[in-house]
This record gives sequence, structure tokens and C-alpha cells, in this order.
Amino acid sequence: MSGKSFFAAEQPTSFVFTDENLRRAQAHIAKYPAGKQASAILPLFHIVQEQHDNWIPRAAMNYVADMLEMPRIKAYEVATFYSMFNMAPVGRHTIEVCTTTPCWLRGSADLVDACQRRLGITLNETTADRHFTLREVECLGACVNAPMIQIGEHYYEDLTRESMVGIIDDLVAGREPKPGSQTRKYGSMNDSGTTTLIDEARQLGVAVQETV
Amino acid sequence: MPKLTIDGTELEVAQGTSILQACEELGIEIPHFCYHSKLSVPANCRMCLVEMQGSPKPVASCAMPCADNMVIRTASELTHRTRQDVMEFLLINHPLDCPICDQGGECDLQDQAVGYGYDRGRYSEAKRAVKDKYMGPLIKPFMTRCIQCTRCIRFADEIAGVPELGLLGRSEDVEISTFVEKAIASELSGNLIDVCPVGALTSKPYAFAYRSWELKRTAGIDVMDAVGSNIRIDSRGNEVVRILPRLNEDVNEEWIADKSRFAYDGLKRQRLDRPYMRVDGSLQPVTWDRALEVAAAKLKATAPDRIAALAGDLVDVESVVALGDLMKSLGVANLDCRQDGAEFDTAHPAGYLFNSTIAGIEEADAILIVGGYLRWEAPLINARIRKRLLAGGLKVGVIGEHRDQTYPHKYLGAGVETLQAVASGNHEFCDILRSARKPMIIVSASIFAGGSGIALQALCRQAASMFNMVTDGWNGFNVVHTAAGRIGAVQAGFLPQAGGLGTRAICKAAADGRLDLVYLLGADEIEPSTLGKAFVIYQGHHGDQGAHRADLILPGAAYTEKTGTYVNTEGRVQVSRAAVFPPGEAKEDWKILRALSALAAKTLPYDSLGELRSRMAQIPAFRDGATPSPSGWGQFGTAGQIENRVFPAAMSNYYMTNTISRASVTMAKCTEEFLEFQAQPKTGTEG
Repeated sequence: MSGKSFFAAEQPTSFVFTDENLRRAQAHIAKYPAGKQASAILPLFHIVQEQHDNWIPRAAMNYVADMLEMPRIKAYEVATFYSMFNMAPVGRHTIEVCTTTPCWLRGSADLVDACQRRLGITLNETTADRHFTLREVECLGACVNAPMIQIGEHYYEDLTRESMVGIIDDLVAGREPKPGSQTRKYGSMNDSGTTTLIDEARQLGVAVQETV
Repeated sequence: MPKLTIDGTELEVAQGTSILQACEELGIEIPHFCYHSKLSVPANCRMCLVEMQGSPKPVASCAMPCADNMVIRTASELTHRTRQDVMEFLLINHPLDCPICDQGGECDLQDQAVGYGYDRGRYSEAKRAVKDKYMGPLIKPFMTRCIQCTRCIRFADEIAGVPELGLLGRSEDVEISTFVEKAIASELSGNLIDVCPVGALTSKPYAFAYRSWELKRTAGIDVMDAVGSNIRIDSRGNEVVRILPRLNEDVNEEWIADKSRFAYDGLKRQRLDRPYMRVDGSLQPVTWDRALEVAAAKLKATAPDRIAALAGDLVDVESVVALGDLMKSLGVANLDCRQDGAEFDTAHPAGYLFNSTIAGIEEADAILIVGGYLRWEAPLINARIRKRLLAGGLKVGVIGEHRDQTYPHKYLGAGVETLQAVASGNHEFCDILRSARKPMIIVSASIFAGGSGIALQALCRQAASMFNMVTDGWNGFNVVHTAAGRIGAVQAGFLPQAGGLGTRAICKAAADGRLDLVYLLGADEIEPSTLGKAFVIYQGHHGDQGAHRADLILPGAAYTEKTGTYVNTEGRVQVSRAAVFPPGEAKEDWKILRALSALAAKTLPYDSLGELRSRMAQIPAFRDGATPSPSGWGQFGTAGQIENRVFPAAMSNYYMTNTISRASVTMAKCTEEFLEFQAQPKTGTEG
């Protein structure tokens, strides 16, 4: 961000919640005691992103700050701190590639490279058709199936160059790629199939998926 | 009372004392950046880490409260290594531009890097750079130098009450930023420069002027308002180059207001540096001998009842005593020091002083503010109220203009009517005052200027009595003045003598031709055209309204150029020392009056400052020393009819209230930035 503004150059001049979102926002605010409404800022920002093409314009930060009776600068602090809040327009799909150590050991650099080649953009950029934004993120907590990425609300795990490009192709074609592990693995199962607690599961009568 | 051991010394400290404070009690210096004794404790710089027995990691001493049986080591190998490592991290992104940085020589980071850092860096990658922000005409930011201690954010939030600064972004990208590239709209913004431990926030008017070690430091007293802030006047040669606060917990703590800090450039402009006399309608330079001769001749030739003298807002006690003695020896009764025409009863000092003292605000639990706009009239008193309010349990009611006081308050009404309702017990706020243990009334002296001053004073006294504001050990009756010289002049008796006229009557009499000679001692706040055809002698330091009207000008010294005594709104007597010499042929004011008195054949009986001080000591208020003595309680004011009116602020522009600040370019820029063109967008071509 150095030398750049935190905020998009082009900003809408105003923002208000839709009636439905206003009701949702008020439900969140009501969870906190009087005088502590500011605590509701995170869910409110999520609602803003839902309503506003997945990014928060400055007008919306002001709107939320005023609604929560907190100084506007404090709302800016929160919005710019969390990586899940976008300060500028993003593509319809944001590909977040985990590049922390376990994923990196399992080839996350290849995934980044594959995305960049397939989409023709580098990290933190958005494609010209505004379909994809590519981003590097810190650990998302699915190291067991590294390397992995997040797109929207779904995780895609056990990726290779090929499966990564396949997911993008699916999205381009308007298909919904299958979330979770991209090898036919079940949950966070070992690569070579189920290996532990098998006898205990049988004794309890729990079904065991034995093979990959 | 926890007992702990620090570096082998066992000590007992008050509950809640942090390890850092306990170390300071022992005289052990703990390096720190984010910790500031007047601000909240975020513990984010990590410089104050110390070794604690039983803890696997060193602890942040600023945030860790002392507990029983703690064993702290501040000089151990671990502490030493930790400090070096923290320092190395802090310096990773700090530029090595000390040679061109204004903070150089008085920089916490520089000092602590020398004291606690490694002697070399291991970091060879690119450093980050941060775009500079626009922060107005007073503060010059160099955000690349920022170490994110967040002191400025906390100062703005907590002390100034303008939450306009924040820390945007995260990790390597964090930046201190204002709201939307705008100036900090606070009268205390200059203190951000002092709290910044590095050169990220520096003074714009002082930018690239001098190195701190090249300056001569003089202990002074501020005259921009009647708080009497303790200041340090830094000078180089015969030029005042900057003004900084001096610590005085009873008055200004460690802050000063922006006008006090930045109006000094006005000391170099519009100065009267030689005597002038009006010849054929225009002012011509004359010699001192000639000027004093003319003045003395006028004084001798004019009947005492056709002479009047007015003292201005910035006068020191020495010169006002000398002028008072001279005028009284001539038999002149028309004296006044209240240029705004304020009328208040001076029979008892409790009637016009800030009796609870400024520090006393911290004991109050209910405050009724009457008139004026404290945020402008006495920014540091306002900051003290905010400090008290943040501590909890204080309720504030305001009668006067409905404006942002920087703290939550109950707005009661605009003027006399509301005050009458409160003073007679018929107002909802009365319940709060009644149930308070230490209630307080703060009256702006400006309300005494709009007519019926003495009756209003009585009304305020009535309110104070009704709500038990004066008890044993507590006097909650407070008056806030705005003129630094006012209290001193009142206590020196520079008031209408028996049968004499006050300010308004003097102006009227002069306009009607009933006065032939008016002596203005730094009096510039009266409309010059009201002085009619009278011969006007102006003694002062700036070519302002008074000098423009004058027939004879005797150039005097400004507050930085003379050793003078000032009495603040509490009645606190403080001495300011001369930092530089008056420009050109200008002289210290009491010396001018002493020379004039000899020529007028009424020689004042003092030839040195020491002798003048002995004369001052005959006046009880100046004899009792530097601290305000409890002035007790007495009768003052006379109840009477008061016409209903609103109480306006004493000033329309905080930044320009006297001859010095009106001559200041910095103050003119502030006026433009904060007051006049607030609503207009920037054109992009301004400097």
C-alpha cells in the first residue's frame, strides 16, 4: 500500500442499507448493550459488502460509523485492518491463495503461477472483465489438505496446477466447481486411506470409509 | 500496596503502579516510545520490556502492574538483548535521514538507538516509504519516519477530544492517517509535535530553521490567554524561533495551546522600534528625548480630571504598577484595565478569580459553565474539564453558545434567563448541582462586558451559594478571564479611582471632548475612533489599532523581551524572563514610565527592577508568593435588574485575539484553514 491510498480513487457519493439489510443491521446492533453498539461493526461491514458488489466504499464506512455513533476514523481503521474487507472494486470471484509455509511446501507457488498465467494478471489485480481478482493470503487453517485456496465461501484443497486451472475454467464457463478436496479424498483423510481408529470405529458400529 | 524487588532493591508502591512507573520512582530509566504518562497505555512499541522472574518471556513494563513478590531485572542480559532486538526491528523501516530531520538532537529514537541499540544494522532490503499527509498549517508530517507508537492518536482522542487520527491498514502497511487529508481541528494540535517521539510530526513554522542545541532556552509565561501557561522560549541571537511548554502540573500540565505555541512569528512583524510623533497628521520618527519631553509636557499641562489611562491585555504587573503610581501621583482618577468594558465588583478577590484552581477541576463532580466558549478562551482549562470527565462521574451543564466543547455536556440555554432559572433553583440541572459533593461554576468574564456586569456577578454568586459551592476546603466559584494582564492590573488597583471613569465612560468622555489626554499602555482592543480629539500617547510593542490612532508612540517590549510578572486567572503570580532584547530603540515598559515620571516631576521611587519589585510587594496579592492562596469568600456584586440577553463567545476568532497574534502569519493561515474557508474545496494550488 505504500505510497498509495487505502481507498479506491472513484467512490460513490452515498450509501444506505436496503430496508431488509437495515433490519438485519439493527438486529446485530441490538445484541450489544447500549453505548457499546460499535461492537456490531464487523457484521455490518459484511452486510455492506453483500449489498455493494463485495467492496466497502467510503460513504458506507461513514454511514456505518454514524449509525454506530463512533468516530469515522475508527471505522476506517477496522475496515482497512481486516483482509476480508475490500476497499476497492473486486472481480466477481476473488481467488485467495494461501501461501503460508505448509501450503508453500506443498506447491502453493505453482498455484499462484498457474492462476497468473491462466488469468493474465498478477497478485492483487483484477482481470479486465472484472470476473477474477487474485490475492495471496495467510494461513486459512486447512493445512491438512495443502495446498489450498478460497473462493467466496468455499475452500478448494489438494490442488495441483491442473486442478487449479480446471476450477478457473469451470468458473469461466459458469459451472460450479466442486468444493473441498480435489483428489477424491474424503474430508481430511490421509492420502493412503483411513489408517487410524479403524477398530474402535467398528466396535462402535460407525461406518468406515476405507479407501480413497 | 504491593511489594516487589527491582534490581535488588525492595520497594512498596501504590496499587496499580506499573513496573515502569515503579522503576522511575527508583530513578531507573526504562526506554519507551508508546508509553506517555498522560495518555492511555497500549504497550505496542515493546521497547520497555524487562525481565521478570518466573515469566518465560520479558514483560512490557508500561502495562504490567506491580504485584507482590515480583522480581524485576532491568539490567540483565535478557533485558539488554531484548532492547537491542526491539530497536533493530524499529529501525528496519525508519529512514536514516537524521541529518535533515528537525527532530535530530531531541529525538527519543535517536537517543535510545545510541543508548540501547546495536551499533550496526543487518537489514539490507528496501525500506518502506509512506506518502505524507496534509495536516494543516501547523504540523508538517513525514510519515515515513513514523514508528506507529500511536501517541498522536491517543492524544487526539483523549486530551484534545477530536478523534480524527487513526491507524489504517495492518502489518507492514500500517499508516497513521487523518480522516480525509484534513487539518486537525483542535486548539491543542501543536502538542502532537511534542508527543511524537520521532520526527514524523514536526512543526511547520519551525521547519528546517535551527538545531535544538543551537538555541538559548528561557523560562517564560504565556500571555495569549489568562491561563498563564508555563513556556520555554527558544531563541537564537535576538530572535524567538519557537515556543514549547514547560511542565507545570498545576497549570498547563505539559501542554500549551496553539496560539501560545505558534503566534511567536508575530513578534517580528508590525513592531514599533522607535518613538514616533504625529506631525501634520502623519507619524514622524523622533528621538526618545523629544518623545518623553512632549509626553511629560502634556502630562504636566493637562488637568488631572481631563487625563485618562487604559492598560491593555498583555501588560505585565511591573509596568501597570508603574503607570498606576505615576497617574495616581498626578491625581488622575480615570484608570481602567478592562478594555472590553467588563464591569465586575473587585471588593473581594474571590469574586473574579478561578478560586478552585485549575487543578481543582479534577475534584469537581458537577460543573456549570456560564457564557463564553471555554475551548477558545482557555483551551487548557477546557482540556482539564475533559480530563476530569473521562475519569468518570462528572456532569457538565453549559449556558451560552451551543457549540462543540470536545466533551459531552448538557446544554441548558443561551443566556440570562437560563442563568436566573438555575440560580433560583427552577431548572432540571439544579438536581445535579444539589446532589454534587463538589459542585463548581465556571463563569466567562466576557458575560460581565455586555452590561449589568455587577448584577450578573451577584447572580452567579447566588447560584454558588444556593448549591453549596463554597464550603470548608472547597471554593467552586470560578471566573475565567482571557487577558493575561487583567488580574495583575486589577490587583494592582488599575481601576477607576474615586470619582473616576471606567473604560466605556472614558471613551465616551473622550469622544465628547471632555478628555484632553489618553494614555494607552498596550491598549489596542478599543475602537480608536471613540477617542475623539484627545491627545493619545500609545506605549506598546505593535503597530496595531492603538498606535494608528496615537499622537505619540513610545515603543515598549513584548512579553518575550522583558522580565515581567503575570497573574493568571487563578491569581497565581508567575515571573517570565526576558529571552531576547526589544527591537531597535524600544525599551522595557517600566523603564519608559520611570523616565517619563522624572520629566513630569513626579519621579517614581524605584530605579531598578528590584526596587520596583519591593514596591509591588506592598500589594498583598503580589506579596504572597507564586501559588494562589485561598482567597476565601466574601460579599461581591450587587443584585439588580438584568435585561435578558444571550452570552456570546468572547472572541470570534481564536487565532487572532491580540496585537501579537494579529501580526502572525501562522495565525492568519490558521484562520483561513479553520475558520474562514472551511466549507470551500481546496484548489490544489495552495502552498
